[in-house]
Amino acid sequence: MMKSLRYILPLLAFLVLAGFLARGLNLDPREVPSPLIGKPAPSFALTRLDDPATTFKRDDMLGKVWMLNVWASWCVACREEHPLLVEFSKRGLVPLYGLNYKDKRPDGQGWLARFGNPYNASLFDDDGRVGIDFGVYGVPETFLIDKQGVIRLKHIGPLTPDVIRERIEPMLKKLNA
Amino acid sequence: MIPEIGHFALWLALGVALMLSVIPIMGAARGRGDWMAIARPAATLQFVLVAFAFGCLVAAFVGNDFSVLYVATNSNTSLPTHYRVAAVWGGHEGSMLLWLLMLTGWAFAVARFSRHLPAPVLARILSVMGWLSVGFLLFLLLTSNPFDRLANPPLDGRDLNPLLQDPGMVFHPPMLYMGYVGLSVAFSFAVAALIGGNLDTTWARWTRPWTTVAWIFLTIGIAMGSGWAYYELGWGGWWFWDPVENASFMPWLVATALIHSLAVTEKRGSFKSWTVLLAILAFSLSLLGTFLVRSGVLSSVHAFATDPKRGLFILGFLVLVIGASLALYAWRAPSVGLGARFEWVSRETFLLANNVLLMAACGAVLLGTLYPLLLDALGMGKISVGPPYFDTVFVPLMAPLIFLIGVGPLARWKQAELPQLARRLRWAFGAAIVAALLVSWLRGHLGIVSTLGLAMAFWIVAALATDLADRLRPNGIVKTSVLHRARQIPRAMVGMMVAHLGLAVFIFGVTMVKSGEVERDVKMAVGDTTEVLGYTFTFRGVQSLPGPNYRAAQGTIAVTRDGKPVTTLHPEKRNFPVTGAVMTEAAIDAGFTRDLYVSLGEPLDGGTWIVRVYVKPFIDWIWGGCLMMAFGGFLAATDRRYRAKVRQTQAADAKVVA
Amino acid sequence: MHKFLLVLLAVCCLARAALANEAAPLAADPVLEARMTRITAELRCLVCQNQTIADSNADLAVDLRRQVREMLRKGDDDAKIIQYMTDRYGDFVLYRPPVKATTMLLWFGPALMLLFGFGALAVVMRRRARAAANQFEPDDPALFADPHQS
Repeated sequence: MMKSLRYILPLLAFLVLAGFLARGLNLDPREVPSPLIGKPAPSFALTRLDDPATTFKRDDMLGKVWMLNVWASWCVACREEHPLLVEFSKRGLVPLYGLNYKDKRPDGQGWLARFGNPYNASLFDDDGRVGIDFGVYGVPETFLIDKQGVIRLKHIGPLTPDVIRERIEPMLKKLNA
Repeated sequence: MIPEIGHFALWLALGVALMLSVIPIMGAARGRGDWMAIARPAATLQFVLVAFAFGCLVAAFVGNDFSVLYVATNSNTSLPTHYRVAAVWGGHEGSMLLWLLMLTGWAFAVARFSRHLPAPVLARILSVMGWLSVGFLLFLLLTSNPFDRLANPPLDGRDLNPLLQDPGMVFHPPMLYMGYVGLSVAFSFAVAALIGGNLDTTWARWTRPWTTVAWIFLTIGIAMGSGWAYYELGWGGWWFWDPVENASFMPWLVATALIHSLAVTEKRGSFKSWTVLLAILAFSLSLLGTFLVRSGVLSSVHAFATDPKRGLFILGFLVLVIGASLALYAWRAPSVGLGARFEWVSRETFLLANNVLLMAACGAVLLGTLYPLLLDALGMGKISVGPPYFDTVFVPLMAPLIFLIGVGPLARWKQAELPQLARRLRWAFGAAIVAALLVSWLRGHLGIVSTLGLAMAFWIVAALATDLADRLRPNGIVKTSVLHRARQIPRAMVGMMVAHLGLAVFIFGVTMVKSGEVERDVKMAVGDTTEVLGYTFTFRGVQSLPGPNYRAAQGTIAVTRDGKPVTTLHPEKRNFPVTGAVMTEAAIDAGFTRDLYVSLGEPLDGGTWIVRVYVKPFIDWIWGGCLMMAFGGFLAATDRRYRAKVRQTQAADAKVVA
Repeated sequence: MHKFLLVLLAVCCLARAALANEAAPLAADPVLEARMTRITAELRCLVCQNQTIADSNADLAVDLRRQVREMLRKGDDDAKIIQYMTDRYGDFVLYRPPVKATTMLLWFGPALMLLFGFGALAVVMRRRARAAANQFEPDDPALFADPHQS
């Protein structure tokens, strides 16, 4: 009996492996989860895109739930989500701020003038350092930050109606409660 | 019209494959000679139909038929003809058709070269290969049809990825697939033997040459992939432990273990069930590799465009084929005999230790490749496993293996004596250590790792020399010349020696290049020079050149050594207008003792360019060693005991004498 | 006037000859650069994901190499730089997986497999040693007649 049992091991090991492979078909190996979820948003002090004289600091938003959307005029996927953002901002569910990542002032401002400006303000991050601090690796990315200044959600890639409905709105309810 | 005919040929092939899968094996079970006789012609017809379909796809590419979706996504009118042919396997659908072509080709070869196999055995083997064909044909026809048409054909195609517009693309995938798919023969022999119950030394003798030939192709295919990456990608490296590279390396490791295990089974009849398991595992890893590359489960630079539906189909096929064969193994293997007896110290145990080490190495590569998926599937986070892991884990497993390469061939079958072996090998061991230390000291690199690497390479050579010296020594009774005694060495033994020597050459190349290569990034204006390891590189400027489907900026760099001219190198930066891609073409001067490697970076102001210069000592010994290993395999596979004509002549002679 | 122009020409030629000499290294500080390359060669570029940060031409990789250079200049050691990267991108950015509870199996797996393999071999050998002689096949005389046992 024991003798025959060990011959079954290769089959069992393979079936376990196949189980993992099947699970893997539903996962995305390229998606990088953020280690910043549940940690305070990195502190920053950036000038506004439309007004180089005004500085905007992370701590200015303490006490409020807010959304930070990373975008750039050179980013093609941002065009995709932009109309959605414009619609979303009209609903007034949460203050929306933009992080203009590795862009040039005239290009960024021109882009907003052309396609609409859903943001309360956009922050100008021309060398991308603040983006790095936020762990940005693929524009567009969207963050939800709570009243204590802690990052609670990160979405990588363009926003879609499904994402807004199934991830962002429930999280906003939770954070505003 | 032609694509439709090709498509139809594939459906016909499916019909033939279904017949091949069912009728001969049932004939073997029932003793029906007429059913078993269907196997050979069915395998031949299957191959002819698939080859015809493949020909139709090639015709569509060469003829620029952009109404075929696959052609439109992978080709372009400005693509040179030979790359239009290579583009046939540039994407998922076409490469699957290439897989199928190889599979039916190997089945045809088995049908053709197996007159010595009893009819029931051949029937079962070909039926198993038929099952594999059915699976791949269904996959192709249901999810990955290369002949799909576009409703509105574009005027021109999207072009083949510029990285693939290279001679490497013409040879590397076919060679690799010949190896991957060739392992299906050993697999089929194993499964057929489990079903028919005829696992014996004869079975091992039949399986061995097929396995060796598949191993040769796989060795060459992997070496070509590595060489291509080296000169094409411009980063100077040649192995990245990328998931797809690992997917080809794992079957190679198991196939190497299989070749050695078959030696034990063939000579001594022992460890039959282990050999059968290895044969199943080798091809299973080929199939796993196919899944990994096309399913999107792992991230790789090699991965084809992914589609979860396809991934699911391949996984289902995998579970069916591998699961069924392992279940068959679990059922039948316990009743397989023990073979001949051998002691704790014997050639058999050295070969089995070789197997343990090779399988541990394969397991390590599998673990590292799949671990990120494992953790992600369990929700335990996302990690990356790259070269630092594999290099750390792989090398310590190789060291004892290489030690065994020296000892194994000198050990006797059944019973060997350790003190005697130690005595015979002590000068080889000493010579290896001394030579390694000497070379390290002369080079000025006394690092432990590089000295160890050199010692391993020299050990193989010294132990080989010991074995050779023993065989060439006069044996006392009959006076013979050295040449005569040399000719007495069986070709299979010579093959083994050449293959092991090839491994030594490979290890030497890797050690020398990893510990001695020099890289320099400089800003060069016309006339500027830089000196690396005694070679002086002078920048002579950059000019613009048109190519067949690109525009190139070609640099000229003169290389001298001690004032004497060595060569002139022309690295390029190519702009492909269709895809907008920019390719860096490195210029390499390959030499026996070093490669000089130059690539262009970005242009700066005033005609200055960023130039990257490498001098890589002995790097070509890496691929030279692989080719030697493949040649050794060729010698072993063509040993006279496998050649049918020789056997027939010997049988005829025996009759005459009797 | 001509003399002046001739002198000017001569000076220009000399300057040209003096300039056409040893090419300047691309990096301002080659030693720092080598250290930066060594560290970034073990980091994964998150954009392309199949290259190291040392090799990638992606904007983010260029930025991160600049970041590492700055940190090295400030005097930060390897551990601090690795921490900086994983704080922002997680363990995914490391090609050398960290040794933690979740990766114990990864790092010790190969050694375990080796032990298991040799253990299995030993068990099988012991089992064979206990088996009766008639369970084994006879030796092939031809093989043992050959002194070299090919």
